[in-house]
Amino acid sequence: MSAYIAKRLLAAIPVLFGLTVIVFLIMAMIPGDPATAILGSYATPENVARLNRQLGLDKTLVEQYVIWLGNMLQGDFGRSYTLNRPVIDEVMERFSATLVLAGTSLLLCSVFGLIAGVVSAVRQFSFTDKIITFVVLIGISVPSFWLGLLLILVFAVNLRWFPASGMFAIYGGGDLPDLLYHLALPAVTLAVVATGVIARLTRTAMLEVLRQDFIRTARAKGVTENAVIYRHAFKAALVTVIPVIGIQAGFVLGGAVYIETVFQWPGIGSMLVKAISTRDLLLVQGGVLVVAAAYVLFNLAADVVQTLLDPRLR
Amino acid sequence: MTDASAPARRAAARPDTLRLLLNNTLATAGLAIFALIVLIALAAPLLSLPDPDATAPVDRLLRPLADGHLLGTDALGRDILSRLIWGTRVSLLVGISATLIAAFFGSLIGLVAGYAGGRVDTLLMRGIDMVMAFPYILLALAIVAALGPGLLNALYAIAVVNIPFFARNIRGIALGLSRREFVDAARLSGKSNAQILFLEVLPNVLPVIIITMSTTIGWMILETAGLSFLGLGAQPPQADLGSMLGEGRKILFTAPHVSIIPGLMIFALVMSINLLGDGVRDVLDPRLKSGALTRPVARTAVAKGNMPDDVAPRRDAILDVRDLKTEFRFGGEVFKAVGGVDLHVGRGECLGIVGESGSGKSVSAMSIMGLVPTPPGRIAGGIALLDGENLFTATDERIRQLRGSAVSHVFQDPLSTLHPLFTVGAQLIEAIQAHRPLTKAQARAKAADLLKLVRIPNPAERLKSYPHELSGGMRQRICIAMALANDTKVIIADEPTTALDVTVQAQVLALLDALRREKNTGVLFITHDFGVVSAICDRVAVMYAGKFVETGTTEDVLKAPAHPYTAKLIDCVPVLGQPERRLDAIEGRPPVVNNLPDGCAFAPRCPRAKDDCSEAPIPLTELGENRTVRCLHPLSAEAANG
Repeated sequence: MSAYIAKRLLAAIPVLFGLTVIVFLIMAMIPGDPATAILGSYATPENVARLNRQLGLDKTLVEQYVIWLGNMLQGDFGRSYTLNRPVIDEVMERFSATLVLAGTSLLLCSVFGLIAGVVSAVRQFSFTDKIITFVVLIGISVPSFWLGLLLILVFAVNLRWFPASGMFAIYGGGDLPDLLYHLALPAVTLAVVATGVIARLTRTAMLEVLRQDFIRTARAKGVTENAVIYRHAFKAALVTVIPVIGIQAGFVLGGAVYIETVFQWPGIGSMLVKAISTRDLLLVQGGVLVVAAAYVLFNLAADVVQTLLDPRLR
Repeated sequence: MTDASAPARRAAARPDTLRLLLNNTLATAGLAIFALIVLIALAAPLLSLPDPDATAPVDRLLRPLADGHLLGTDALGRDILSRLIWGTRVSLLVGISATLIAAFFGSLIGLVAGYAGGRVDTLLMRGIDMVMAFPYILLALAIVAALGPGLLNALYAIAVVNIPFFARNIRGIALGLSRREFVDAARLSGKSNAQILFLEVLPNVLPVIIITMSTTIGWMILETAGLSFLGLGAQPPQADLGSMLGEGRKILFTAPHVSIIPGLMIFALVMSINLLGDGVRDVLDPRLKSGALTRPVARTAVAKGNMPDDVAPRRDAILDVRDLKTEFRFGGEVFKAVGGVDLHVGRGECLGIVGESGSGKSVSAMSIMGLVPTPPGRIAGGIALLDGENLFTATDERIRQLRGSAVSHVFQDPLSTLHPLFTVGAQLIEAIQAHRPLTKAQARAKAADLLKLVRIPNPAERLKSYPHELSGGMRQRICIAMALANDTKVIIADEPTTALDVTVQAQVLALLDALRREKNTGVLFITHDFGVVSAICDRVAVMYAGKFVETGTTEDVLKAPAHPYTAKLIDCVPVLGQPERRLDAIEGRPPVVNNLPDGCAFAPRCPRAKDDCSEAPIPLTELGENRTVRCLHPLSAEAANG
């Protein structure tokens, strides 16, 4: 098993490598001269040339990439010119906030998505099934940034149950209850779409599994119907659902961009949006790379869980 | 117990796709809403709306239903209704354009990769995998960051991140198509690769491209709106739904309608597209049509009212089935898989049911303990007595108790019938504990004993194995051990040796034969192979099109088959040293059981058929003690007559 995990980790290296290539190429296709962009239109040609040399922009693309990658492997992601601090420090600080939000959402969507999907499949064609199917459809169609605003209006402005923004109370906050209190609305909003996707898939997976021969065998053994559904069918369905939960991690991490903006969550998403409007490209690049790498690791974790469940994959 | 399912009923009449789609209320609603939104957006210039960009500081932040402003005004006093309709135009245009761009490039990549195969395929697909390794929106953000905020750049970004969906879907189809005969034919006729790709392959891929577009377009509208919401898409004074929402957010607490209304529009648009897309998918998904996505209930449904209740059970029989009728309903059509079968099995006796696939032999056997999937299956009539107890009127809980304890099953393919994710030990222990209050340790010891009983060496070790780690013969021994877990009275074995190779088959048969004699267990043995019948069965029943056509002791039937079908089946058994006999398969196919002829169902394939064979139902006639045949011109009668 540990050999398998090591193998998967090794296989993730080229993917991470590919991510850096794509990010580098995107940043290289920026129109215009970055030095001019940084220094502004009043920069003297000497200053531009000096900055170009400093930034290594007078070298070939491949050389630039190798230097760039080498720096990053040493933890040097450059310096954010708007914040005047190392990119890596800012990104890591922000990323921990995003991880709290996205992790909670991923947990919520897995739990509720699986429950809804199983209930829906077990009671196929019933009223419950129809209601769940319809709510799921609403869930995957609703713009999450709009849903966030609605929840703020209802639960923060009108009912005053939860705060409208932030991660901690400004005065006297900082403990776990305070965090959960601030986390509730954004985490739920972020989880809605992924819950719908997971519920749908779970329903289909359960229905497919319940047609399998080994389910008939379980019934022929005289196992109770509950055991048939929750032990035999659910475990087999989980094997197909787990990778999708891994993929949903990507949608949750990406969706965090909206939700962090709506709820002013101090995470990497809101940082990215601000960095893009202020053209702080090193910050964008660092943030994108860290989140993408986290996504690769989430998928890796999903792979490992799937393998733990399914002995045939070992 | 449910009846035939709703989607199955819908598929029955086979109307054209559009009609099917309209039958789906939700899909129709989706279509109507989407069409309405598109029409209004298209008609925007004709609607004499106020200028969407005309500011009027005096009228700022009017609530909906204000005079002259149906949906109120925004922070600059602009009419929200007008901005909404013009914004919808922009959002639709951007979403559709992004979809078209993604579809074009994604399909092109997919087509080339699938058609070219080899290194080109690997290279392109690795690139696609890399793009997919990014969290979806993040890549779009990186692209917007590089190109700079703006509606067109947001459009490009969303299109790029959606290319992989098209490329993957199309590649799969193109890969399959490029190996088909018509592509080879086109190649031989001297057409160039480009000609083949665009004239032969593309038309066949088009439906998939359209389906993928219909499932991604809502998504793309949502995501471009999202980028605009973040201030990275449409820049003022240009406005789409997302940027309207984003601007309104700043005054959410004072004037919520400014942001709620455009959000509602995005929601309506995406929801209508998704409803429609689901409808399209439901109509096109073959799994829904065939009912493969319908959950079977725990026990076969039993039709009430067709059951004889005062049947005196045969005294020598442990299992006694009379006039069993089982049918399948697909939509309006009824397939009478089993059309009135009588059978009985005594203690320690083995009854074989023989027939081709589709003859109804498995369905007969599975009906007894209610293991025919419902929907679509249903027991339409008859009675099954186990030791005098009526199985068709027993409660579900009673049937559960009897399954695996009084009546157990061995199925055909032990790889698919054993749960792949549990060890064989866990599965055996479960079978034991389902019927006996044993501790786990006791059950484990019992499971090891069972493995010893079926001659599996090293039982304690084997219990820890997963099914895929064992050989086919070993797996089937596990299944037999599971069937013997609880001193069963009857074993129903449904082609238990068909998936095994010949030597293993002989071993498994010998084992089953020895065990039933040892434990005095009745066996109902389903097979298509008379060779297997002769090895294990005391008596045999030959089945065709849902009915028994001949019964008798194995010896009698093998020596002098009376029904021409029986004779044909016996001729199919390969004999060592006579390989040419195997070629003598039965011409034609068994009939489909939804529309059986009145007379003999075998007549169309029978070399001895005469006119009277097709006239009226043919009864089962007695030929002697324990010997019946359903034939007007039986072989043995001819032999007897000279």
